[in-house]
Amino acid sequence: MGVSIRGGTPLRDEEFRAVIKEIDSPRARYSMAAGIAYSRFLEGLKRGEILGTYCPSCRLVHIPPKIYCPYCFKHLTRWVRASDEGRVVTAVVSYLSATLETLEKPEIVGIIRLDVPGHRFSSYRFPGILHRICGASEDDVKTQRIFDARVKARWLPEDKRTGSMNDIECFEVIWG
Amino acid sequence: MSKIALVGMGYTGFTRSSEHLSFREMVYQAAVKAYNDAGGIDPRRDVDAFISCQEDFWEGVSIADEFAPDQLGGVLKPVYTVTGDGLHCVANAYMMIRSGVADIVVVESHGKPSEIISMSDIVWFSTDPIYVRPLKIPNPHALQALEARVYMRSRGLRREDLGLYVVQSLGNALLSDRAPYAAKLDLDGYLEAEYVVDPLTAYDIAGYSDAAIVAVVASEEIARKLTDQPLWIDGVGWATEISTISMRSMEEDIATKLAARMAYDQANIKDPGREFDFAEVDERYSYKAIQAIEALGLARMDTIASDLRGGSFSRSGSLPVNPSGGALGEGVPLEAHGLARLLSAYEQLRGRAGRAQLSGAEKAVVHGWRGLGTSSSIVLVLSR
Amino acid sequence: MKTNVYVKKRVAVVGAGLTLFRRRMLETPQELAWIAAKRALDQAGLELKDIDCIVSGSAPDAFDGVHLKGEYYSEGAGAIGKPHLRVYVGGGTGVFVPIAAWWHVASGLCRRVLVVAEEKMSSAADPHPQAVFRHIWDPITEKPLNPNLIWIFALEMHRYMHKCRVSKEDIALVSVKNKRNALDNPYAQAAANITVEDVLKSELLVYPVNRLDISPVSDGAAALVMVSEEWARRLTDTPIWVDGIGYTLDTSYWTNRELSFPVYLKNAAEMAYKMAGIERPMKEIDVAEPYDPFDYKELHHLEGLGLAPRCGAAEMTREGVTQRDGDLPVCPSGGLLGVGNPIAAAGLMKTAEIFWQLRGEAGKRQVRKDAVTGLAQAWGDLMQVGTVVIMRR
Repeated sequence: MGVSIRGGTPLRDEEFRAVIKEIDSPRARYSMAAGIAYSRFLEGLKRGEILGTYCPSCRLVHIPPKIYCPYCFKHLTRWVRASDEGRVVTAVVSYLSATLETLEKPEIVGIIRLDVPGHRFSSYRFPGILHRICGASEDDVKTQRIFDARVKARWLPEDKRTGSMNDIECFEVIWG
Repeated sequence: MSKIALVGMGYTGFTRSSEHLSFREMVYQAAVKAYNDAGGIDPRRDVDAFISCQEDFWEGVSIADEFAPDQLGGVLKPVYTVTGDGLHCVANAYMMIRSGVADIVVVESHGKPSEIISMSDIVWFSTDPIYVRPLKIPNPHALQALEARVYMRSRGLRREDLGLYVVQSLGNALLSDRAPYAAKLDLDGYLEAEYVVDPLTAYDIAGYSDAAIVAVVASEEIARKLTDQPLWIDGVGWATEISTISMRSMEEDIATKLAARMAYDQANIKDPGREFDFAEVDERYSYKAIQAIEALGLARMDTIASDLRGGSFSRSGSLPVNPSGGALGEGVPLEAHGLARLLSAYEQLRGRAGRAQLSGAEKAVVHGWRGLGTSSSIVLVLSR
Repeated sequence: MKTNVYVKKRVAVVGAGLTLFRRRMLETPQELAWIAAKRALDQAGLELKDIDCIVSGSAPDAFDGVHLKGEYYSEGAGAIGKPHLRVYVGGGTGVFVPIAAWWHVASGLCRRVLVVAEEKMSSAADPHPQAVFRHIWDPITEKPLNPNLIWIFALEMHRYMHKCRVSKEDIALVSVKNKRNALDNPYAQAAANITVEDVLKSELLVYPVNRLDISPVSDGAAALVMVSEEWARRLTDTPIWVDGIGYTLDTSYWTNRELSFPVYLKNAAEMAYKMAGIERPMKEIDVAEPYDPFDYKELHHLEGLGLAPRCGAAEMTREGVTQRDGDLPVCPSGGLLGVGNPIAAAGLMKTAEIFWQLRGEAGKRQVRKDAVTGLAQAWGDLMQVGTVVIMRR
């Protein structure tokens, strides 16, 4: 029963370019409020500090910070300062930019689990951020030597900081 | 068959801007209030599922659903997004509980239109890219103005009738605590206003506001444990027509008519004009509210004009519409608008409407649309 | 989610349809949706007028280039004058659509539901559809670093490799298997006969991810018809019952979690197993279609689903267990790696594949063992969501 329908009309790249079409480039611009938690976090970065919020119920330190603990659903008011040192949880080497063009110089990025003096965390839930990693080679990543390596934030000079994740230039590996 | 209840609601906002709070923080606050209202439930333990109603381009993020769980208490729990109005989420919660797969479902919707810098572009972005967008019409409201003209002519409505509705609704909004656009307007003031797009003036088109609204829906068994005053969702219906305005009827709001039929069928409503004590309808365009009142069966197409002029839908009339104001007074918090209507109905039926309180209200119809670029309506019947 | 459910109303799949999956198609989103929907209706022996509700899914609006795109393509999905809802959990959408359709029917509100998933990634042509993924990040803590999508997969893949001591060679076996399986799939975009060496030698994008580790960008649509028990028995002798559904979303803060094991998927799977009455998934699931946008993901998901021991999926793959003639055939369709990845449609394609496998209608792709119970799974967002459907003959 039913008519046999072709499953669609594939186009090669040149055909795609050639078919009649409408081209549109919408302007989608937003100004997003950082809110209570992120505002304080960004101000902290400007001062050279990495801040988080502490949940007394599950004892997790939330970095990036929130005014609520997603696990306990409790309101958080205690702010703590993390060290700007930590360990590499995982790292990769990127050869492509955000728009998928080949980079001149490959970039190493990773997740850094931050130390918070006086606190300990499991490997399942911890304060961690995405950032660039410097002082390591492609080989360090490919051999997995970089896993668990100690890193320390390399900050921009104070007068160049604007209250952004980019106030940290990268996390530098401390070998040894 | 056991019933489905609305047991708690909470909100933040209804302001023109909210720069001090991120959207997550607004939703968190609304959720805390809703859970408290629902008898002090703990989302980590008591809630079976969470549904968020949002759209990428309102949020400014692709895959906006990824940001839903944390601020609701839904981490590592069943959480999903419906790209629709908040009432679509309520429809899903209703189905989930009815199917037996959940007992308590939390619904949220939020909007921060103040953060959208290129709002007009985003609104245009929802229109058909081949048949409508290339026309490069300067003002998106023109599409609705076309429909307004057709509808008004077919029902014998004049500008004065739209004005009557606007004056009434903005006046009702003066009784509300969350209506930044409320105004004491008279018909002359309305008629003096300039057109934005003929026949619509600025008074006929709702502004925007930022808000986050959370609702808690539960099975009858759970509802009776949580509260002495559960409200019952007797029926919910929804329908979609072609989204491109030029390809569908502009005289009749068919989507609302079909959605209402579906909801009334479940709720056993045979004579909507008489069985409801009040109605909460989508008035983001003044004429759309009138069109919806008709499509909901609250008036007939040959009586809508005279009913309106006779004051049937005023606070003292036989079927008050938006007795504490609607989108015109509150602003439109994007996809959270439907929940704003539900919130008003909820407060009325629970006796919490303050100065806007009607007496003896037992049953209401709640209606939402999704605005320009869409033709989707949702209708819900709520009772005490 | 209530997991100990006495489900009174059973729901069945009675038809499925797909379009071709290709990098670029001429058809508009509505047309793609229509083709898949019509084919599903034809297989079910129904017409659009018989359908009372529509549930659809599609991933980011930015791909098709229309805001509120559910409204836009809805007419192609048959939604004119009917109740229509679009659901959204990123890449998990394709398997979530049948989950939502399940309660449309099980609630008693609908009896014959059309389930449609559509994606037209080629519309986001300039510079490249992948650029849409620039906007999935947290705008304040992640976007300023200018991440590209492959970073997040590579970070998770590398963590998995490190913790489970899995090599790139092991992982590449999945790409080889799935692309080869796809040679028997008439809808497939990226079917090929490749070797592990081909994968390792392909362009290095973000170490440890090479080009052939990834599924392609695609246009495509898929559809199912899901009906109540009464209708299932009227329409066909072999309805395929949706016996288990499960879904879970983890925190959006993916940088605070252990990435080597998908806990959210374990939760979702347990939900579905409990509902379906499955106690030993490794023994009771006959065929599986886990989500494989990257090859390592198949291994990652098999472990999350409890279909492989922790860190043991690579060994299973090496031993051939997951081949079509193995004890637990995985991705007999060819998966995303072989068939293509029009995000939401890809997950629904996997569900359709399980449907056909359980009916014995998978042609040359039919697995050797007698498949009675099958599982389809999708995943998405910021390494966050697991959606699972269990079907039985």
